Amino acid sequence: MKRISAAADQLGRAMMAAVEEMGKILLLFLSVVAWTFRPPLKARNILKQMEFVGVKSIFVVVLTGTFTGMVMALQGYHGFRMFSAESLVGSTVALGMTRELGPVLTSLMVTARAGSAMAAELGTMRVTEQIDALYVMAANPVKHLIVPRVIASVLMLPLLTVVSDFMGILGGYFVGVHLLHINEGIFVKNITKLVDLDDLYNGLIKAACFGLILSLIGCYKGFNTRGGAEGVGKATTEAVVFASITILISDYFLTAIMF
Amino acid sequence: MIRLVDIHKSFGKQKVLDGLNLDIEDGKTTVIIGRSGGGKSVLLKHIIGLMKPDSGQVLVDGVDMTRLNDRDLNEIRKRFGMLFQEAALFDSMTVGENVAFPLREHGKMKEEEIWQIVADRLRSVGLSGVEEKMPSELSGGMKKRVGLARAIAMRPEIVLFDEPTTGLDPVMTEAINQLIMDTQKNFNLTCVVISHDIESIFRIGHRIAMLYEGKIIEHGTPEEIRASIDPVMVQFLSGSVEGPIVIM
Repeated sequence: MKRISAAADQLGRAMMAAVEEMGKILLLFLSVVAWTFRPPLKARNILKQMEFVGVKSIFVVVLTGTFTGMVMALQGYHGFRMFSAESLVGSTVALGMTRELGPVLTSLMVTARAGSAMAAELGTMRVTEQIDALYVMAANPVKHLIVPRVIASVLMLPLLTVVSDFMGILGGYFVGVHLLHINEGIFVKNITKLVDLDDLYNGLIKAACFGLILSLIGCYKGFNTRGGAEGVGKATTEAVVFASITILISDYFLTAIMF
Repeated sequence: MIRLVDIHKSFGKQKVLDGLNLDIEDGKTTVIIGRSGGGKSVLLKHIIGLMKPDSGQVLVDGVDMTRLNDRDLNEIRKRFGMLFQEAALFDSMTVGENVAFPLREHGKMKEEEIWQIVADRLRSVGLSGVEEKMPSELSGGMKKRVGLARAIAMRPEIVLFDEPTTGLDPVMTEAINQLIMDTQKNFNLTCVVISHDIESIFRIGHRIAMLYEGKIIEHGTPEEIRASIDPVMVQFLSGSVEGPIVIM
């Protein structure tokens, strides 16, 4: 009985901590919104972050998108062949990429690359008193450090998703048409017939939401780092794990609302 | 004048400041000494509003910093500069951009004027021509000097120094001490310095305050501090392990 009570107590505390953390992230979001619209716009900082989050992520996004499209075509072909429906491979790859895998995988890759870097960079700034230095110089750290990262992520994630979608479909085309010898005309025709622009747009809205999530969580974890090098490491790991889980959970709810 | 009145601050069960009172005179250098982990940095962070006390007042020319909203606090902070223990230079910016940061943030100056001031402040800390270097290319002493140049960029009235000579060799320690004295004199600053370095405190301090167990137990001129018969003060200045200060 005591054990059950202790376990319930521990679970309760963990849940309270999670709720408290979510509340703090929400407050950070509100602060980001308020500072976004307060001039001056730190355009140089935003462009720098757009380069880091967007341009420098292209390579991993191209690789991930291409191979995901290829493996989807391969798996889909074996499944559809049982019903002699191989012609649906192209549209399946395209639907899967635009609606789900494009935004989700891109966001997970950017979380691993840029979200972790945000947490590590802000965490290092916290433990080396650079964030305190901003306060001392009467400069708001949210405006200087967090707003540019959030804006850059929200803008760049949809663009990276377009790249991922395109490369995924191209990968699927290569495997389907050139390796598995599906008729090229039918492959393309089914894509145009079954995939709507709405599928693409909704995927891009999802990507923007995921960009918001990964940047907010990365910045929150970094900004609230405590301790030295160990604290920075912990903040970085927590940022990636927490952001990835939140992206996957919110993906379900966004899908339920949109499609 | 900065006046700290009955400041209490605890972290969990640990009392760090326990009814601390201290007056810091204008245009003078006040050095706060005390044991490592004894709350000196916490005290400094209270003076600039980075931390709020559990109770008590931090009065800057009669204005209570603890009751100000963010906007008013920022207005008062413009009168301050601070040199952090590890200088806290922004890694992503060049030395010049670091020193220019507060000028860009608050002044409505043209770039040309800003760079003139940057060059002037760097010259005053003996580091001309390093504007394009990154902080990672500088030695510890150079970083502290750049930190000081940034702290005085806006010509503040009050500059806080958090252990400015910790980790430096004796020659660089003396150079930084000299720089603090020259800067204080040239800019007529009110300086608050936290230090462990006994030689340094008597060189640079017009007033010395000893923080012990959350309170200021001695406060006076270097001569008065040297002549103190308080056993804690005597033990601290002599660096003896025997005495009322318990080693943990």
